[in-house]
Amino acid sequence: MRFGETLTIERKLAIQAWIFLAVPIVFFGVIRFYPAFESFAIAFTEWNLLSPPRYAGLSNFSRMLNDPVFWIAFKNTFIYLAVGAPVSLVIAFVVAYYLDQVRFAHGLIRACYFIPHLTSAVAMAWVWRWFYQPPPVGLFNNLLNAVGFDTQPFLRSTFQALPAALAPAIWAGLGFQIVLFMAGLRAIPSSYYEAARIDGAGRWMVLREITLPLLRPTIVFLVVISSIGFLRIFDTVYNMTDNGAGGPLNSTKPLVLYIYETAFRSYQMGYAAAQTIILFLILLVISLIQLRLMRARTN
Amino acid sequence: MSGPAASLFDADRPWRVALAERPGLVVAWTLLVIGAIVMMTPLAYMIGTSFKAPHEVYEINLLPHEPTFENYIFIFEKTRFGLWFVNSVVTSALVTISVLFFDALIGYTLAKFEFRGREFVFIAILSTLMIPTEMLIVPWYVMAKNFGWLNSYWGIMFPGMMTGFGVFLMRQFFMGVPDDYIHAARIDGLSEFKIWWKVAMPLVTPALSALGIFTFLGNWTAFLWPLIVTNDRALYTLPVGLASFSGENLTDWELVMAGATIATLPTLVVFIVFQRYIIRGVVLAGLKG
Repeated sequence: MRFGETLTIERKLAIQAWIFLAVPIVFFGVIRFYPAFESFAIAFTEWNLLSPPRYAGLSNFSRMLNDPVFWIAFKNTFIYLAVGAPVSLVIAFVVAYYLDQVRFAHGLIRACYFIPHLTSAVAMAWVWRWFYQPPPVGLFNNLLNAVGFDTQPFLRSTFQALPAALAPAIWAGLGFQIVLFMAGLRAIPSSYYEAARIDGAGRWMVLREITLPLLRPTIVFLVVISSIGFLRIFDTVYNMTDNGAGGPLNSTKPLVLYIYETAFRSYQMGYAAAQTIILFLILLVISLIQLRLMRARTN
Repeated sequence: MSGPAASLFDADRPWRVALAERPGLVVAWTLLVIGAIVMMTPLAYMIGTSFKAPHEVYEINLLPHEPTFENYIFIFEKTRFGLWFVNSVVTSALVTISVLFFDALIGYTLAKFEFRGREFVFIAILSTLMIPTEMLIVPWYVMAKNFGWLNSYWGIMFPGMMTGFGVFLMRQFFMGVPDDYIHAARIDGLSEFKIWWKVAMPLVTPALSALGIFTFLGNWTAFLWPLIVTNDRALYTLPVGLASFSGENLTDWELVMAGATIATLPTLVVFIVFQRYIIRGVVLAGLKG
């Protein structure tokens, strides 16, 4: 009797759980999982949305191999990553390391570094775009001229445009990284520092032997998160280049912008889906590396 | 004083306090403040310039000599910024309410109910975090087109009504709610829904506020999906409207800056009001994610 009673209560609770989960399961199934699989299917078709999709085998993928613009976008994306992630992380660490030690106006200084992280990337892209304008419009060139330097083309140069478009993305990401670095620094028990004191370790030694190794989880997390962020860069570049085209001459075009153009400017859904698969695989590899590194730590 | 190492590790002093008395720290502080000013420069110029008359825009001075509201008056009277603002407020608020409700309900169910398949549901929802939005935009667009959701609030909102991250966060927090509270409420005869809503929810308000703030800000600044799903100007959100307006008024930087300020100001207000929750929330999200 008693056994039967508990069973029914458990049953009732299980049914209740599935009632609570019913709408969410439909949502995640229809809005997340199904489209993800559909993406793979679309990648093997040719589809302009007007006529029904036509099976195209691997042609979208082979087309990618021979598409110079795809490779330019691919290369640009990795430049954003390879420059953006290290530069932003080093700056963020240095700021966090010292900000952690100062008391005076600590909160205010932290707020100044953090606020850009919350602002709209679109709005900020336009502010930076204005800064980069040729004289007499842009602030940067006005400042350069004021101290006797030559006018720089910035967004108009195929060489300077990419770093110019990257700068606001780095600027906006710093606050997030600084706050997490500081939380990581705070989490290091002071007993480690006391032990170092007893051993007579210098400041540089403490940093290298204690702070950085113990900060490893934070570093791994931030490397992964910012890598993913730079690989997905879109808003800034779209808004800083003429007609959102990633120019001049594709010199700033990242992968996501090329995906957007392929799908919503030339309506080649199959080719766009194939590119998103590549992006997905790159992001997947990075996430797996993170899992690997995190596990190595716990072992 | 016998060198930096000695002052750094003065006996009986917490390490950080000792460090704070290092003279080199004055230099560090000064550099930090200069860096902080540099960080705020784009925002300062954006706001300052939005109050400038056209003839002053190209001057380096931050503050206008003759401040004017003309740019804002123009923007609200001659463009659809007011409408875009409303669109952004409504869609961001509705998505936030939905995320808070559903992510909390799912998180609670996964934390506090025992049933077969629980782990599977949790892992399935968590695995959606591995799917980048970019991979879904083509199917979403097709779906929106087929169902007639293009150029509608629902079209802008539907992809974000629940999030894997929020479920993960809320589950973590509900796991910290003592089972005794729930059992007691059950004995008192409360319905399961009421137990969640009246007993468990009030105990996780810090997590709810963090999730709510970040969901709202994330949707407020969202660009790629609203750009795709709307082409009727009346349904643009602020970022999409700003991008389109700025592209058409490329030389009127004072107007562009006024538009950018309108898109940014609410995020600044949210930060000032909720600063403590936000900083804590970032750490929370970061350390647990």
